[in-house]
Amino acid sequence: MKRYFGRKILIYLLTFFLAVTIDWMIPRFMPGDPVRNMLTRVSVNTNASAIQMMYDYYSHLFGLDMPLWQQYLSFWKSLFMGELGISVYLFPTPVKDVLLRAIPYDAFLLVPSILLSWYAGNKFGAFAARSKWLDNTISPLSYILTATPYMWLGILLAWFFGIVLGIFPIAGAYSFTMRPNLSWNFIGSVFHHWFLPFASLFLVGFGGWAIGMRNMIIYELEADYSHFLGALGAPKKLVRKYAFSNAVLPQITGLALQLGVIVAGALVTEVVFSYPGIGYLLLAAIQNQDYFLIQGCFLFIIIGVLLANFIIDIAYILVDPRTRRGMTGETA
Amino acid sequence: MSAQKKKNEFIYFSSRNPKLLAGVSIILLFLILGLIGPSLTDHDPFAYANPLGAQPPSSGYWFGTTFFGQDVFSQLVNGLRATFLVGAIGGGLGTLLGMLIGFTAGYRGGVVDEILNALTNIVLVIPTLAVLLIIAAYLEVRSIFTECLFIGLTAWPWAARAIRAQTFSLRTRDFVDLARMSGMRPLKIIFTEIAPNMMSYLLLVFILQFGGAILTAATLDFIGLGPTNAISLGMMMQYSVMWGALQLGTWWWFIPPGLAITIIVGALYSMNVGLDEVFNPKLREM
Repeated sequence: MKRYFGRKILIYLLTFFLAVTIDWMIPRFMPGDPVRNMLTRVSVNTNASAIQMMYDYYSHLFGLDMPLWQQYLSFWKSLFMGELGISVYLFPTPVKDVLLRAIPYDAFLLVPSILLSWYAGNKFGAFAARSKWLDNTISPLSYILTATPYMWLGILLAWFFGIVLGIFPIAGAYSFTMRPNLSWNFIGSVFHHWFLPFASLFLVGFGGWAIGMRNMIIYELEADYSHFLGALGAPKKLVRKYAFSNAVLPQITGLALQLGVIVAGALVTEVVFSYPGIGYLLLAAIQNQDYFLIQGCFLFIIIGVLLANFIIDIAYILVDPRTRRGMTGETA
Repeated sequence: MSAQKKKNEFIYFSSRNPKLLAGVSIILLFLILGLIGPSLTDHDPFAYANPLGAQPPSSGYWFGTTFFGQDVFSQLVNGLRATFLVGAIGGGLGTLLGMLIGFTAGYRGGVVDEILNALTNIVLVIPTLAVLLIIAAYLEVRSIFTECLFIGLTAWPWAARAIRAQTFSLRTRDFVDLARMSGMRPLKIIFTEIAPNMMSYLLLVFILQFGGAILTAATLDFIGLGPTNAISLGMMMQYSVMWGALQLGTWWWFIPPGLAITIIVGALYSMNVGLDEVFNPKLREM
């Protein structure tokens, strides 16, 4: 178990190192001049000396006036001090504060949709396997759901439930007429605005998990141990139970592998519903060429995914006894 | 079993697999639409053709027009070209890189495997889209080809992992040992002994990479980091949301692009399941 954890943590540290390096490298080695680029967008002032001053200021902020290795070291230093620069689009708020304000919305959207779609997808997938008519209805439906681009399902739900039926709001995290407070009215509004983005993330995820579990459990039911158990006269329910506990392991690994895709899905879903999470910020940052904010979003997404991966690893150890006893359960 | 007989068997089971046939026909249909579609319409995808603005489908504009009076049909068929390009080039590149790394790691083993495996695991954990968007954000001019390139360069890890595992199980087989003893070079062993034995597997990997590249491109385009000189299905959806197609109820603007992607990717999945049944006798429904 120590070895398993050690390897995993090493991989995560290397990943973080690589990600930060990419984050540092791209603005510096891409063709074009990001600072000049940013200023042409921002400055309405055509006074040349003022632009030069801003240019110098931002070059200094990026640290572009130092030798490369020094730039790299100071990038790490400021990262550990929690300095991610100042947002241009929401000037003068520091990028860190902008992102910290958005995080709760992301967590509120992502955690329930990931967990519930995983749980429900696995349950339904296991249920559908080897039952003729369920398999013929749930499986095709799941394939269609998992082939749907996240934003399109979001757009469809927003249009149908928000505009045609008019029963759900399609923008913001709570009613524009309210200020955040601890009243039932406000909490109701928050859930009302949360439901559609949650539903679109849930549905796409559900399809993928249901298919995965269906295929896995068929494979497990064909395995020798299942046949043997059946031959011993064990009830079908028990055989399925054992098959399920084996089939769920690859699904946990699958969850770790899918995280990047799910996060990407959440980003575009937030754009559709103007939901004030990182995805929505990112769109604004791109449209305003706010490079500090883009880089900050990048780092926050990476850190979030790494943390989630780590949590999944712990869950895997709890579920799979082989990893605990030093046998190789999952290849690290 | 002779190669000839095996080939016949493949054709026999392929032509009787409804999932495979349906998938292939749908893909071909959209491919033809993308190829000949643009010559069926006189309107440039970006031209403000209809002075009346957003209008529902009519005989003049088959799929209606956007808020700016652009022809949705023209945008859709031109966007389909971009979609197939991204799938073929991006997915193809992802598959090739996956093969390169998977074969090398699986066949060589040892330290090479350790290093490549660590690299694969690292790139596997990094959310692809985050990397793509930070690259795309700094590129002032983006073409479909740069999009394909970057998608391919980030999509290979799971393919490499899967191919490595397969290669691992094949390289200890007798016929590979025999080839090695007869003095065949490693590269030749990989291409003449190992790869043909997992051809079916590689085909499935390519199909999934194809679909994945399409979905990734749609996501990038939707965030506003699509090609700067072309139209794509993801960009159509982005414009429709940005210019209030939802609030105005101009459904003909945002339904076709998403529906096209869903059907294409769905058809790819269907092909995948069908091919799996053709190659794997255990899965056939008889």
